[in-house]
Amino acid sequence: MTRPDTTMKLTYDSVNIGDTLPPLELPPLSRATLALYAGASGDHNPMHIDTDFARAAGMPDVFAHGMLSMAWLGRLLTNWAPQRDLREFSVRFSAITYVGERIVCNGRVADKLERDGETLIRVVMTTANEKGEVKLTGEAFIAVQRQ
Amino acid sequence: MLDQKLIGHRFPTHSAVVEAGRLRLFAKATGETRPEYVDEHAARAAGHPSLPAPPTFSACLYLDHSDIFGWLGGLGVDVSRILHGSQSFRYFAQVYAGDRLTFSSRIEDVLSKRGGALVFIVRETDVDNQAGVRVAEVRSTIIVKGK
Repeated sequence: MTRPDTTMKLTYDSVNIGDTLPPLELPPLSRATLALYAGASGDHNPMHIDTDFARAAGMPDVFAHGMLSMAWLGRLLTNWAPQRDLREFSVRFSAITYVGERIVCNGRVADKLERDGETLIRVVMTTANEKGEVKLTGEAFIAVQRQ
Repeated sequence: MLDQKLIGHRFPTHSAVVEAGRLRLFAKATGETRPEYVDEHAARAAGHPSLPAPPTFSACLYLDHSDIFGWLGGLGVDVSRILHGSQSFRYFAQVYAGDRLTFSSRIEDVLSKRGGALVFIVRETDVDNQAGVRVAEVRSTIIVKGK
């Protein structure tokens, strides 16, 4: 697969409502990834890295930091649009992502609008496991050139 | 007690430098391999002054210093009852390795739902760089489950 050209500017006319972003497929979530993310993010909550702690708290196992899933959606966006054009990025965490799950990030263009003198596109996104169970829903506003 | 008296609580302002090594670890943890996010020469060749911080990275640097888990723990909340409900970013300028960011964080809202079974705590953080430029505003909603 060729690497997307992130320096390419999106324009109002080149983007259509309903367009889909190239999906981002992650490998099965590993404990090693959770340990790395704990260190990289500074979120050392033991629920994400210590199975004994998670079980004592009534969970079946450790699970992904919500912000790790949001970072994957960030990759989905910046694979498609230059990061400097990103104006707003929000997510709602709806279900837990467990070790071993194979997550796919998807996005599509939901709207084109004008705000604060800029032309923006609104993208809606999800992360979901191999069964299609949605874990996160997200939304982003990206500035595009009018022409 | 988790009630509306907490609205307006301000966390101590703090500053932190965006380190290139921390950005590379964040890239590794999130599966980001594109050269402009891990290699400073590639970043400059792509038109950046240094490594760009990915969209959700700034949330990590305030986690290091103004620990909401510790703060809630101090209020008697069991950390295993805390869930991350939602997260949003508004972006005004790109953050790069070498930037010094200043974080000003406050409790914006406290909402009790389902008769107190869930308490939503909304925290708002302003992020400014070393030039005094506002780079982002970050909103985080933490949900505390009742007993």
